[in-house]
Amino acid sequence: MIEVKHLVKSYGKLRVLDDISLTINQGERVAIIGPSGSGKSTFLRCLNCMEDPTSGEIIFKGVNIADMHVDINIHRRHIGMVFQQFNLFNNKTVIENIMLAPVYVGNQARRKAIRHNLYVRLANIFSKNKKPFLKVESKADIKNTAKENAHTLLKRIGLDEKADVYPSTLSGGQKQRIAIVRSLAMNPDVMLFDEPTSALDPEMVGEVLNVIKELADDGMTMVIVTHEMAFAREVATRLLFLDGGHVLEDTDPKEFFDHPKTDRAKEFLSKVL
Amino acid sequence: MGNFSVKVEKFWEIFYEYRGYTRVVTGLKNTLIIAVLGLLIGIVIGTLIATVRVTPKYKTLPKVLNGICSFYVGLFRGTPVVVQLLVTYYVMLPLMGINIPPLNVCVLVFGLNSGAYVSEIMRGGIMSVDPGQLEAGRAVGLSFPVTMLKIVVPQAVKNILPTLGNEFITLIKETSVVSFVGAADLYVAFNYFGTNSYEFMVPYLVMALIYIVLVMLIALGVRLMERSLRKSDRS
Repeated sequence: MIEVKHLVKSYGKLRVLDDISLTINQGERVAIIGPSGSGKSTFLRCLNCMEDPTSGEIIFKGVNIADMHVDINIHRRHIGMVFQQFNLFNNKTVIENIMLAPVYVGNQARRKAIRHNLYVRLANIFSKNKKPFLKVESKADIKNTAKENAHTLLKRIGLDEKADVYPSTLSGGQKQRIAIVRSLAMNPDVMLFDEPTSALDPEMVGEVLNVIKELADDGMTMVIVTHEMAFAREVATRLLFLDGGHVLEDTDPKEFFDHPKTDRAKEFLSKVL
Repeated sequence: MGNFSVKVEKFWEIFYEYRGYTRVVTGLKNTLIIAVLGLLIGIVIGTLIATVRVTPKYKTLPKVLNGICSFYVGLFRGTPVVVQLLVTYYVMLPLMGINIPPLNVCVLVFGLNSGAYVSEIMRGGIMSVDPGQLEAGRAVGLSFPVTMLKIVVPQAVKNILPTLGNEFITLIKETSVVSFVGAADLYVAFNYFGTNSYEFMVPYLVMALIYIVLVMLIALGVRLMERSLRKSDRS
């Protein structure tokens, strides 16, 4: 699904990612672990080009999205992303947060359809075989569909009663669950999690991890940068150990935790476990 | 001070019996028109410039636009508004062969001038918004302009509202120089009182009072707006 080819990312002289090549397949749940400064967050952020790679290719569904000529926004809609700091839109209520992108994309498609129909109408005057019109959804319909969808998602995480409050009144765990749902509202093909539980109080970590686990059970492809070793071991189907911008180990999680191959991994595990 | 009542009487005579109040009303109207329209134009221009200046600059177009905007801001912040008025009205417009009334020229110049200041205020406001907000917008597939418009700028505006109110107050007071190009504002109205009665004290005191009341009303309005915008904050 995502194919990374010779990915390099440098900040000035500092080479954060050094020639990484790998493929993430449909249905895989990849956990990325490693010491801080190892480039794991940068790697994740390169997957949807939040950081533009210095060189190399990111092939998502057959398109190289690292190419500057590609309209990245269209592809990002299929890649959900969850941040360490939640980043809910502070000026929108919870439900508006979730509806914003779907409604915008819906309206954009609507404008496109209207333009297309105008063109077809013109073309039909001159040609014998009349082309059909595209269906144009009304703005209210787009909004209602998005709203229903948002409420369904909110019910799924048990926060439907919070639909009309502003994010500043929520706890960290609630914010992160809503941030996850906001990404899901776009029906992404893959979800990227950038240390989703690192900024949470310990007692809220569980509720967020449960939501991610449920997603995993539904067969969502996901890439998770995490410090929760137990969670990585339980949920992930594949584990990447990064250090110094290189993928040192790319194995099965249980294999990694029980029999780490490299010395760096052994040293890392001895400190965190 | 013994003849203070005489001065007030003279003022009242011109103000009421010679219908001087119509001049005051016109002056007040013009002052407000210049300040309000000037601020509106300033906000539009300022927002555009600020957006250009915070846009990432790895392509040529943003780079060029950024250069133009820097020049614009430098030009309008580097010269007094009186000079801008005089140059526009007596040099630029005649050279271009355009003939428009002084009031419109004033609105235009004050708009362009406050655009330069608002752009810097706006840029500060945009930079005060958590960069994560922009990232989150981009991550769900919204383009940079859309994210700016729907997420970042509304939050920035909330942060800069007090400063923007300040700009409006400055603008109201600065309009007192428009008589340089022959527009009739509050100063012109009260000056008429003075030159017709040879008594300047009362007219100028009343003028000062009107400015103070105007500014206080604006300050109150800004405070009310701020309160209504704070609804998304923790109460």
